[in-house]
This record gives sequence, C-alpha cells and structure tokens, in this order.
Amino acid sequence: MRQEKSDKADGLQSSEVIIEIQNLHKWYGEMHVLKDISLTVQKGERIVVCGPSGSGKSTLIRCINRLEEHQRGRIIVHGVELNNDLKNIEKIRADVGMVFQHFNLFPHLTILENLTLGPMWVRKVPKKEALETAMYYLDKVHISEQAEKYPSQLSGGQQQRVAIARSLCMKPNIMLFDEPTSALDPEMVKEVLDVMISLAREGMTMIVVSHEMGFAKSVAHRVLFMDFGQILEANTPEEFFGNPQHERSRLFISQILH
Amino acid sequence: MRTENQKFKSVSTENVKPPAVNIGLIGWIRTNLFSSWFNSILTVITVYILWKTIPPFVQWAFIDSLWFSTGAECHEAGGACWSVVLKNFRFILFGFYPHDQQWRPLLAMGMLIGLLFFSRNRNHWNIYLAYSWMLGLLLMGFLMKGGILGLVPVESIQWGGLPLTLILSVFGLTAAYPLGVMLALGRQSRLPIIRSLCIVYIELIRGVPLISLLFMSSVVFPLFFPEGVTFNKIIRAQIAIILFTAAYIAEVVRGGLQAMDRGQYEAAESIGLNYYQTMRLVILPQALKIVIPPSVSILISAFKDTSLVVIIALYDLLKTTQSTLTNPEWMGFSAEAYLFIAIIYFICCFFMSNYSRRLERELNRSNR
Ligand SMILES: Nc1ncnc2c1ncn2[C@@H]1O[C@H](COP(=O)(O)OP(=O)(O)OP(=O)(O)O)[C@@H](O)[C@H]1O
Ligand SMILES: [Mg+2]
Repeated sequence: MRQEKSDKADGLQSSEVIIEIQNLHKWYGEMHVLKDISLTVQKGERIVVCGPSGSGKSTLIRCINRLEEHQRGRIIVHGVELNNDLKNIEKIRADVGMVFQHFNLFPHLTILENLTLGPMWVRKVPKKEALETAMYYLDKVHISEQAEKYPSQLSGGQQQRVAIARSLCMKPNIMLFDEPTSALDPEMVKEVLDVMISLAREGMTMIVVSHEMGFAKSVAHRVLFMDFGQILEANTPEEFFGNPQHERSRLFISQILH
Repeated sequence: MRTENQKFKSVSTENVKPPAVNIGLIGWIRTNLFSSWFNSILTVITVYILWKTIPPFVQWAFIDSLWFSTGAECHEAGGACWSVVLKNFRFILFGFYPHDQQWRPLLAMGMLIGLLFFSRNRNHWNIYLAYSWMLGLLLMGFLMKGGILGLVPVESIQWGGLPLTLILSVFGLTAAYPLGVMLALGRQSRLPIIRSLCIVYIELIRGVPLISLLFMSSVVFPLFFPEGVTFNKIIRAQIAIILFTAAYIAEVVRGGLQAMDRGQYEAAESIGLNYYQTMRLVILPQALKIVIPPSVSILISAFKDTSLVVIIALYDLLKTTQSTLTNPEWMGFSAEAYLFIAIIYFICCFFMSNYSRRLERELNRSNR
C-alpha cells in the first residue's frame, strides 16, 4: 500500500493546463449522451473515469481525439481547439495516443510494422529511426522477442501491450485508454496494468476509463464518476472509494466490490 | 487426479492401427464408392455412363482422327478432323495480321506471358515490376502497331485472334480493378454527390448486359464526339469492357469493406493516418484479401465475356475460328475447332483460379 502510494507521490509540479473541456454536449441522433461536461486536465495528471455501462465514458474520451464529433461546447488540447479544421485535428491526433478495449492492432502487419506505420507515414521519420523507436518501446513493454510475429500469434495481454507501444511510438503527450483490460483474461490484466503504471511514473498525462480500483488507487490523481452523460463526482481515489459523496457512486462502488 | 491423467495419456499415445477394412485398394473402394446402397447405385450409374462415352470419344478424337490432311480427305474419314485447326492455325491465332509480320504478335504474346509468369511470385512485386509492366505494354503496342524502327505499320483493324483477346482481357482487367476499387470507396464516401454518382453508375451498368454496352460503345459514343474525332473500334470495345467489369468489381470490394471492423478505422485515425493512408495501408490490404475468391470469379467471367466483341465485328479468337468454319473446305468441323478454343480459354481460366487459390494460401500463411 505504502509502495503504491509512492507511485503518484511525485504529484503534479506544474500547473500547466493540457486539456480544457468547456460545456461539452454530444448527441447521437436524438439521444443526449454527454450533457454539459466541463473538465480541466493538468499536464502530467492521471485521471480514471468510471461509471455504469452506457454512461458516456467512451464517448467522452473519444471526443478528445475526434473519433466522435461533439455538437456544442469547446475542447482545447495543448492550446489547439478541436473544430472542423483538419489541420487542428491532425495536430491533436499527433499529440494524443489512444488504446482500445479490443486492441485494434492491424492483423495484416507484423508487430514491428504495426509500430512503425504511424511514425513513417504521419511523422515522416526515416525507416531506420522508426525501427529503433519501435524496438525501444517494444522493449519497454517487454515483448521485443515477438517483433516479427503477427498480432494473431500473441496473447491478449501481449497484444494490448503492443497497442500501448504503438501509441507511444508516436511520442504523444497525452494517452487515452478505453477499458484497456476489460477484454483480457484475468491472469493477463496485471501485465498490462504494470506497463501503464510504469508509464504513469514517467509523468505521462493519462485519462483511463477503467474499473480497476487498485490501479486507480495507485496512480490516479482524480477519479471521475459518470452517469447519464454527466460527471457526478470528481475526487481523489481515497475519498472516492472510501467515502463516496453521491448516492449513485455509492451504489456503483458497492456493485464493483460485489 | 494425477493418476487419472497419466492413465489417459498412456492410452492415447499407444500406437493404434486402423482396422484392416479401411486400408488397401479394397478398403478405399469400399469407403469411397460403396459406403451405402445409394452411393453404390451412383457408382454403378457413373461407371455405365463413362463406359458409354469415353471409348467412343477416344476412338473419334485420337484413333480415327486426321491431323495433317486436306478438308476433302477429312470429309471422307469418320474421325475428328484436327486439320481444321492445324491447317488454319495461323489465321485462327492471328486473324488478318499480315502473314509475314506475324512474328510480331507472337513476340508480343510471349512478352505478355513472360511478364505474367514473372509476376506470379509475390516476392517480385515491387516498383520495378510496375515499371517493367509499363515498358512491356508499351513495347507490345509498338510491336503490334509498327511504323517505327522499320517495322511495317499494321492498322488495328487487322489485329485479331488470340493477341486481340489477350489485349482486351489483360488491359480490361487491370484497368477495371483499380476503377472498381475507387467506385467502391466512392460509394462509401461521406460526400453525398460522390456517393450518389457512384451508386447511379454501378446500378446503371449492372442493369445492362455487356452486349448492349458494346453496341453503345460502337454506335452511341461516336455521336457524342465532334465530326472527325474517331476512336478506333478496339479502344471503344476496351472502354466498354472496363466500365462493365469495374461496376461488378466495385460491388464485390464493397462487401469486403463492409466486413472490416470499425476498430481498424479508429486505430488508424488515432495514430494520425489520413483517409488515403488509412485506406491504402490498413483497410484495403485486408478488405481486398477477403474478396480474392469473388473477384477472381468476376475476372474469369470478364475474360470469357471478351468473346462478345464478335458482335461489333472485332476478329477475336472466337471470330477467327468462326470465319475459318465458313470456308467450304472446312465446313462441318465446328466441333473440333470449338474444342480447340475451349481448351485455350480453359487453360487461361484455370491458370487464373489456380493462381488466386495460391495467393489466398500465401496471404493466409503470412497472417497466421
Ligand atoms: N455510434 C453510436 N451511435 C448511437 N449511439 C451510441 C453510439 N455509441 C454509443 N452510443 C450510445 O451512447 C451512450 C453512451 O455510450 P458510451 O459508449 O460512451 O458508454 P460507456 O460509458 O463507454 O459504456 P460501456 O461501459 O458499456 O463502454 C450509450 O447509451 C450508447 O448506447
Ligand atoms: Mg465504453
């Protein structure tokens, strides 16, 4: 416990705002899925988002790199506002990495090719340098021996670590994770969380949709609780899990604890 | 628990031989031909039919056949008259191409076949192969057309036979495929104008038989162009074939695109690839692989459909054969002549389907 706490003891030295969300609204057709969300994220801050299914967690983080379009409100990432300007979207995507629940590796490419695709085509890095970067990050997620294999030859946990490495190869400042461990067999959850924890130690700004309480307690500065498209509670993990304020968060916590 | 496991293991690793009835010739006959009374009846009927057809065919095609005779001698004899093919070989293969210049289409076909064979190996697929194709096709064009380097010019009206069939097919199929892919992408476009244009095009073409397109290309298209601007017939037929095949390819490719997981687009977008990069590097390589079998059936039927150009009086392989048969000397030997071109078509189609199966296997292996 003491050790876990120390992971985030480094805390937030800077108070530079890196993501600014103001009065965000999002509709799918008639359905109002994000209702007036405002959120400020500091550089180096780590946020865990939780809440019941269908509450809009995925939608919120997918809006941040424009996988979904918002209809009202503003999203400003690193000083760049997300709007219909393709240049801005390009800039923000280069700055924000995303890890998906189902990994979404490219099955027709080897692990190494998965990792070098973005750097070579988007950042126009020479092949040699892209390969070096790829090997560096593969080493970091402990699967450099698998570099020449295809995704389908790896276990779920390994694939998810490759997916994390693929995002890191783009040298992002912000990482988004959408339930990165919920499609994994229990024995593989730890290896992925370990990679995420070491990433947190290096000061990466992270927004993680996850119900892993242990992870939240050990790395998160803040836990957001969402329901019905709103942020109902935002608190430190100790406060949130120990002493939830909102009636719905209390119910939710009792459910994930069984 | 442990002991049980061991017991189980020792039984399964024991070397068990198959029962005697399943091996040897008799075993094979039993399991494959007479496994039930229904299969036995089928076997007997099949054997009877083969008995009634194969020996007479062999008698006709090989034993009683004539290979190097005149037409008159053939009319006397009872067997197959392969002379109709052999004596008219050069006309069937090259049509009205000047007799003393026929080495040129022969050389062009040789180059084409050589290129095709070289392209079979996926390891050879690189930019240089693309260049050699371009260069090769250009050279073939010059060879056929002449007019430079002391080659006698040969008007395209005189082109015919197998070279014409191959030109129409190879150009037609290689041009139709990318066009079809673009149409399929256009059909999924977010821009309503492009989407509707593609849908209208695809549905219009698919609602019309190739024959009518060929007629239109030779009768209607010239009306749109000012007096004096004429495309030659071969190019017009070629355009009709390309436009027709592309619409079918587009529908097949669309199926492959729809089979793609949304997550693949999202992953590509999230690492910052733009639309063209996403399609080229992530989506199409996977989608096109899924649709190899149906695309090859379309390419095969398109290849066979090139024979429809006879109706606009192009002398492709089928037409040169037909005109040979209108010669009184060789009248009545259509079975032999048509068998011959059937074999040519079969070899080409068999090559295509065989190759597609190999390609599919190779691509699968690399992804497993
Ligand atoms: N593409 C879409 N089209 C229409 N409705 C959608 C779409 N995606 C999500 N929704 C709806 O929006 C709401 C919020 O979805 P979202 O995926 O953000 O929830 P979530 O909190 O991530 O849930 P989960 O924990 O199940 O992943 C849900 O009611 C969902 O049905
Ligand atoms: Mg979700």
